[in-house]
Amino acid sequence: MIKNRTGKLMKNMFKAPLLAALVMLAATASARAQSIDETVNQIFASSTGWFVTLIFSNFPGTTFPWIVAWLVIGATVFTIYFGVIQFRAFPHAIALVKGDYSDPNDAGEVSHFQALATALSGTVGLGNIAGVAVAVGIGGPGATFWMILAGLMGMASKFTECTLGVKYRNEYADGTVSGGPMYYLTKGFEERGLPAGRILAVLFSIFCILGALGGGNMFQSNQAHAQLTNVVGEYPGWITGVIFAGIVFAVIIGGLKSIARVTEKVVPIMGVLYVLTAIVILLLNADQIGWALGQIFEGAFTGLGVAGGFVGALIQGFRRAAFSNEAGVGSAAIAHSAVRTKEPITEGFVSLLEPFIDTVVVCTMTALVIIITGQLISDPTTGLYLLNEGGTSIQTIDGNSGVALTSAAFSANIGGFQYILAIAVILFAFSTMISWSYYGLKAWTFLFGEGVTKEIIFKVIFCIFVVIGAAADLGPVIDFSDAAIFAMAVVNIIGLYFLMPVVKKELNSYMSRLKSGEIKKFH
Amino acid sequence: MSRKILLGYDESQSAKSAMAFAISLAKSEGAEVVVAHVLEWSPYSFLTPEELEERHKRRKEEIHRGETALLGPVKEEISKSGIAVSTVLKYGHVVETLCDIIEETGASQVVIGRTGHSSLSARLFGSVAGSLAQASPVPVTIVP
Repeated sequence: MIKNRTGKLMKNMFKAPLLAALVMLAATASARAQSIDETVNQIFASSTGWFVTLIFSNFPGTTFPWIVAWLVIGATVFTIYFGVIQFRAFPHAIALVKGDYSDPNDAGEVSHFQALATALSGTVGLGNIAGVAVAVGIGGPGATFWMILAGLMGMASKFTECTLGVKYRNEYADGTVSGGPMYYLTKGFEERGLPAGRILAVLFSIFCILGALGGGNMFQSNQAHAQLTNVVGEYPGWITGVIFAGIVFAVIIGGLKSIARVTEKVVPIMGVLYVLTAIVILLLNADQIGWALGQIFEGAFTGLGVAGGFVGALIQGFRRAAFSNEAGVGSAAIAHSAVRTKEPITEGFVSLLEPFIDTVVVCTMTALVIIITGQLISDPTTGLYLLNEGGTSIQTIDGNSGVALTSAAFSANIGGFQYILAIAVILFAFSTMISWSYYGLKAWTFLFGEGVTKEIIFKVIFCIFVVIGAAADLGPVIDFSDAAIFAMAVVNIIGLYFLMPVVKKELNSYMSRLKSGEIKKFH
Repeated sequence: MSRKILLGYDESQSAKSAMAFAISLAKSEGAEVVVAHVLEWSPYSFLTPEELEERHKRRKEEIHRGETALLGPVKEEISKSGIAVSTVLKYGHVVETLCDIIEETGASQVVIGRTGHSSLSARLFGSVAGSLAQASPVPVTIVP
């Protein structure tokens, strides 16, 4: 068995340089006619445009995309239905993560903390660094307000989906588990005698694969490349792509778990370092905090001159929040379902911390640093923000956008921070890619069944998209990333509406047992 | 109730010496031996999604291996000497978990091998035997 596996690994090791050689060959061939970046870009923009248009079309006669309304309504419904569970259960969620309610005899199983940490390493990523910069760059400081609001509301969506993820997971005879929306859509709908669960599950899986390739992959390699060129100077995107693809290939196909393990350990440290740096910058500019908060509130309701006015700020805030914390999208339900617990609802409680940490804490830090360091240019007489030539986004000091804007904001106070940020971006991008390759793979095996060859096919496709992501322009990549992730939310939230009574029953039963003392603390 | 001696056991060479010492000690005192093996584990470590998925399966395998390959032979060898013996296998921080086991079993002393790991890491981070000697509620014998 071991020998067999080593043999396979050896074969894969030979395949890696072969793949790289093929890519190089393709690159030199097309470089004669046209640069490879441009070619990839054109093909990409023209082939995904219709999908993006469909997802982001506005309500007739307005500039309000229906998908944003869809997410907001979903989060509001769950917030009301579960009686502001995000605030009621917050202290209990922290007690669960600390392990106060964990049975010591279950030591060695997946703890609440581990499930949360793994899910977080998939969500805290470039969305928090680059995505927020995009939101604030287009929607102005006011986008921050809507982003925080969306984060708080999203906690209820996350609670609902992660409870269902654990409740309807598959536990196999060998002890492995598989969970996620595709399982609760099929099993949950069947249990409640509802039709079409299977169809929803298949749709979800298709969108999940696209989302894994888009937001979980191309957006990550794209922004990692942007940050790298920012530090070392311009060079073609496909080079970053091929290097990244090689490392991802080594981990997900070659089975080099050691790389993944190192990242898993370094990423949380980077996350803490990032937040601490942001706090230091805020303290250095303490006199500006009042002004920045004023800009956020004023911008939230007036727009302060941004494209689309306050609706523009709202849309940007909600979009970026959803893309960053993935509440309602269903991806986290896949990661959370491995926890060892007899009570599915406990993982729901724990998961509601995820949008809080991701959006309310980390994203807000990024936004505040960008605003407080004065990256956005406003007209001193009117106080309104100045737009660029196309009127699409706000002018910035050095014309930066995306991750470069965050980088400029952070290095404005702390010299050389762009180098630390570059490392953080690469690690965040990498850990998010690893998590999403897993989510995509779970959807893939749900559709096509399990099997080594089938899994390798998906993993190879995933690696190819790493290269495409790094070579494509930011615009089409972000649009497609968003579209794919939001498409997952369309299916998932329909499912959540039908299954939320199941969660309510679990919640009521657990709460009464917690009160009666039947569920006791171990520590 | 006879006195209990807790033997902290792993696959190291010094653990074997500790076992021999515990046997002779138990014989002379008419005590029984509790063999404990702790699998290093923190609920706050980070795992990849694949590791989460397989954790329950791996844990079962680890427990099985610990019981059959490690604790089984020890139990057999000690009972050959006519000493009453029982085993404990747990996950956790090694020293803390050993202290918990001492309290649970009511052992009156502990015998543990001085792990032969590189002296540099032992000097930097402290060894299990050394930390146990400091944290244990009962006397500790460290066997080289």
